[in-house]
Amino acid sequence: MEETLNKIRDASISDLHNAASESDIYQVKSKYIGRSGSLTQLIKNLITIPAEQRAVVGKLANEIKKSIESGVEDALKASRERKKQQDMGRVDIDVTLPGRCLPLGRRHPVTQVTDEIVAVFTELGFQMVEGPEIELDFFNFEALNIPKDHPARDMHDTFYISPEVLLRTHTSPVQIRTMQQTRPPLRIICPGKVYRCDSDVSHTPMFHQIEGLMVDEGISFGDLKGLLTLFIHRIFDEKTSLRFRPSFFPFTEPSAEVDIRCVICRGKGCRVCKGTGWLEILGCGMVQPAVFRNVGYDPETTTGFAFGLGVERVTMLKYGINDIRLFFENDLRFLSQF
Amino acid sequence: MYLSINWLQDFIPQEIPVQDLADRLTMSGIEVEEIIRTGSEWDNVVVGEILEITRHPNAEKLQLAKVTTGEKILPIVCGAPNIAVGQHIALAVEGAQLPGGMTIKKSKIRGEISEGMICSEPELGLGEDHSGIMVLPPDAPLGMPLARYLKLSDTIFNLGITPNRADCLSVVGLAREIAALFGIPLQLPQYRLEETGDAIDTRVAVEIADADLCPRYTARLVTGLTVKPSPLWMQRRLVNCGIRAINNLVDITNYILLEWGQPLHAFDYSFIQDGKIIVRRAARGEKFTTLDAIARELPDNALMICDGRRPVAIAGIMGGENSGILPATDTVLIESAYFTPHSIARTSRALNLKTEASLRFEKGIDINGVLPSLHRAAQLMAEFGCGKIARGCIDAYPAKLAPPRPVRLSVKKTNAVTGLSLSQQDVTSVLERLHMATQAPDADTLLATAPSFRYDLNEPIDLIEEIARLTGYDHIPVTYPRAALSGNTKNRNLKLAGIIRDMMIARGFFEVINYSFCGPEHIAGMRFAGEDARSTPLPILNPLASSQSVMRTSIVPSLLLNLQENLNNKSSAIKLFELSRVFIQQSGSPQPQEPRRLAGLMAGMQQGEGWNLQNAMVDFYDIKAAVESLLQMLRIRDTRFLQDGREPFLHPHKMLSIYAGDHCIGCLGEVHPDVLEHFDVKVPAYVFELDVDQLAKLWSDAVSFAPFSRQPAILRDIALIVDDTVPAEKFFSAVAGFKNKLLTDMKIFDSFRGGTIQPGKKSLAFRVKFQSNDRTLTDAEVNKIHDRLVAHLVQATGAELRQ
Repeated sequence: MEETLNKIRDASISDLHNAASESDIYQVKSKYIGRSGSLTQLIKNLITIPAEQRAVVGKLANEIKKSIESGVEDALKASRERKKQQDMGRVDIDVTLPGRCLPLGRRHPVTQVTDEIVAVFTELGFQMVEGPEIELDFFNFEALNIPKDHPARDMHDTFYISPEVLLRTHTSPVQIRTMQQTRPPLRIICPGKVYRCDSDVSHTPMFHQIEGLMVDEGISFGDLKGLLTLFIHRIFDEKTSLRFRPSFFPFTEPSAEVDIRCVICRGKGCRVCKGTGWLEILGCGMVQPAVFRNVGYDPETTTGFAFGLGVERVTMLKYGINDIRLFFENDLRFLSQF
Repeated sequence: MYLSINWLQDFIPQEIPVQDLADRLTMSGIEVEEIIRTGSEWDNVVVGEILEITRHPNAEKLQLAKVTTGEKILPIVCGAPNIAVGQHIALAVEGAQLPGGMTIKKSKIRGEISEGMICSEPELGLGEDHSGIMVLPPDAPLGMPLARYLKLSDTIFNLGITPNRADCLSVVGLAREIAALFGIPLQLPQYRLEETGDAIDTRVAVEIADADLCPRYTARLVTGLTVKPSPLWMQRRLVNCGIRAINNLVDITNYILLEWGQPLHAFDYSFIQDGKIIVRRAARGEKFTTLDAIARELPDNALMICDGRRPVAIAGIMGGENSGILPATDTVLIESAYFTPHSIARTSRALNLKTEASLRFEKGIDINGVLPSLHRAAQLMAEFGCGKIARGCIDAYPAKLAPPRPVRLSVKKTNAVTGLSLSQQDVTSVLERLHMATQAPDADTLLATAPSFRYDLNEPIDLIEEIARLTGYDHIPVTYPRAALSGNTKNRNLKLAGIIRDMMIARGFFEVINYSFCGPEHIAGMRFAGEDARSTPLPILNPLASSQSVMRTSIVPSLLLNLQENLNNKSSAIKLFELSRVFIQQSGSPQPQEPRRLAGLMAGMQQGEGWNLQNAMVDFYDIKAAVESLLQMLRIRDTRFLQDGREPFLHPHKMLSIYAGDHCIGCLGEVHPDVLEHFDVKVPAYVFELDVDQLAKLWSDAVSFAPFSRQPAILRDIALIVDDTVPAEKFFSAVAGFKNKLLTDMKIFDSFRGGTIQPGKKSLAFRVKFQSNDRTLTDAEVNKIHDRLVAHLVQATGAELRQ
């Protein structure tokens, strides 16, 4: 009996050793310890052997069963590991092929820069306000201290709908509309489309402006310098130097143009800055007392500043775009770059 | 405005380095846009003297000259007939590249060495005299560069003068400004006037009929003149400042215009009938031919200069063809006047005629500069035209302009507005540099009176600006404004636009921005009905092009144009969107409505080319999905899609109108084939257009959580056969009518025709979901509901169960 058991053990060891696949291992398992396996049968028959031998044989048989069980486990583990290694070694995809993509669109670069600029000012407590693009002469010119026949009207090549109705030439009429409806203090930022009859490499008949206005008591030109310095540093970078150059706008006085150090040549002088090392980026100034009078504010107690910039110009400088007309051609080869 | 630095030095004796001058001007508000250096084209051309002339041994028409430059004697072969020993001439030596186009090298001409060229006027680009070489005065210093001798070298600033600083539209005006900026002396020339002719009153009478438009008219008469070229230095200065040299008389008027900013007009006196000048408004419908030979219809209120019988000039804008300077002119009437700025501006704009004169008159000139300019012009004409100045001058000044009022300025206010901290003394000294007369009635106040040439300084703020400007904006300290905190910056429109754009780009749409105007043909191509306000776009009175002449009433035509362009550029998958305003005329209001619209367009492939993408083309369901997901993103739930065929630019059977309540908020569908044809698009295109103002009312960022069931759900499929014409919508409305709270969802997952399905029929497959909030459902109870549901659908739709 013991001999038979030992034979079974030896045979099972050698069978497991020879079993190549998982199913071979399961066959070995059922051959010996399955329902009708040889060891199972033998254990069932233990009842027939004399009682005094039964304990010893029984113990041996159980030990052998356990060792076959653990042998099977080990063989299965080893076989699975082999298969895993085999599978991992098999290369059935080409990882250099591009991924399966769902192409994304893009915001228009003008929208991106507008959003960025508006965000800087809304964080500072400026409220975004919009106004009509087709304006009355009064809001676009008269109320802004540009009466009819004023030479400053030449700075604006205006599209007219009728003698009194026009496509706004700047976002400044939004200032007037807002001031007419609100008492100071006031902080607003007004983005939008504006129109001028002009078309070449640096002008399009429609473009985007952002206008800002802050009105309160005791606002000074120094404050304007501070706020715009902060703004330029946010939009370009902290190292961008800027200068305030006297200029003229009928609705601000004193007025200034703000130049930044050329972002292309860093001030050495290049084609973009026409050799000056500076780029004009925005216009600004202290609100003209006449404008305050036009909206019923008291210019004796109220001061404020306004500034305006062309979004396309800022975008062109930020991204190195050389022709403003590209913004409105809407060519996907352009739009997909931003 | 061009400024010649040579010319400036006539008035500013102190030399200022060019770059310093440019920087200071730019930083004081007169932008130096460009610095042009002239004169390098005459490098290597020097003054020489002809010492000796011999015949060329091998050429009959050539001569051999020996020319000295003072240092060297050079052999020169010359073909000009007018050379003579002792002449001082312009000698181009090796290396010269002449304005006439010639490059000078040492060479042999017919066997004889020539080390340069004796130049003629055309070769030097200095005149038109082809008859021979240019002969210089005998005192021209030998060896001196010609450019220096003739003052051809100059530095020219191209200046941007702002409209408020018309006083800087002249050399003298700029010299005043520069003297003030640098705090250096200004030296204005003294000139003597010799009046040797007859008294002017015997020959000219001036009558101002409309003094409101012409407060002052002055004139002088110069007789016995000879018309000839003006001196070379004057010609150079004019040319360098962008004005063509014509003859001495015309050049002098232009010279004074540039030097003093006072436009003059020179009439040939022989054409002035009756010796009379009458200044009056044009008669209605009056016509006049200006000296550029263009017949012009005069606008109402145009101010005319007339003689005894007819107009001879449009005041302040341009003279007439009938009275200008001719080669034979010998007597000139010089006009120097002040015309009311707005009148000149209006007439110039109406005539669409801008001249150097009108540019200055419409911005205003110095009324006290009228006479000095007149005198100076008369003096120059007498000098360079060999004429005699008639005795006396006419000064008709019926409408005296009020003298400048003193402006009351507070030093405290000045510091408050600028952020500077100036003393009263600081302020006074700045104002004095500007030639302002000041008084200090108390410690804070200054009474300052501007000189007549600074008619732009009328209000305290004008002075504050001048003080800031002359002190330098750089010296104003940077501070930060103080303001109360405010949370009032939330803007729902801004947020809505952000969500819409994020959603569209996530679905692969590129944002475009088109002009707000388009061509009338683009609107016409949209097939809008005549009573639809969109069919009559607002026209622009002065468009740049017909394709930009009306305000668009829909974004769709712009997108179709973009599609067409991008197809030409070989794009294969095109998805575009635009969020902009459109312009709809409304009766009773001068301004149109400006509703915001969102439009999207898809054409070509669904996803572009890819090795692992199905190369499917976009279709109706893609555009519908774009709208559905947008509405879902905006949490707009109560919308209905109606098959009403109401948008004429869409295919009548492949479109939907989108409704929220009773409001149509937009549409989607396939573009009508006629519209595609009109826009020359050869592929199917799908678009939607939504009213963003309506979306703004409907969308919500408010969310309230609803508990969801954690119980297992049971799914059942239903396949139904139905007539091809029955819309799927019918099944959804049928299921909505089947009230059972355990039925929680029904989705369609298949729709097909053909195969084993009988022609004229289609098979629709639905998956329904049953779920309870509080328990596990049994198969038996679900089966019971399911059977009832199937029976309900069959009954409601006329479908039959697919076996």
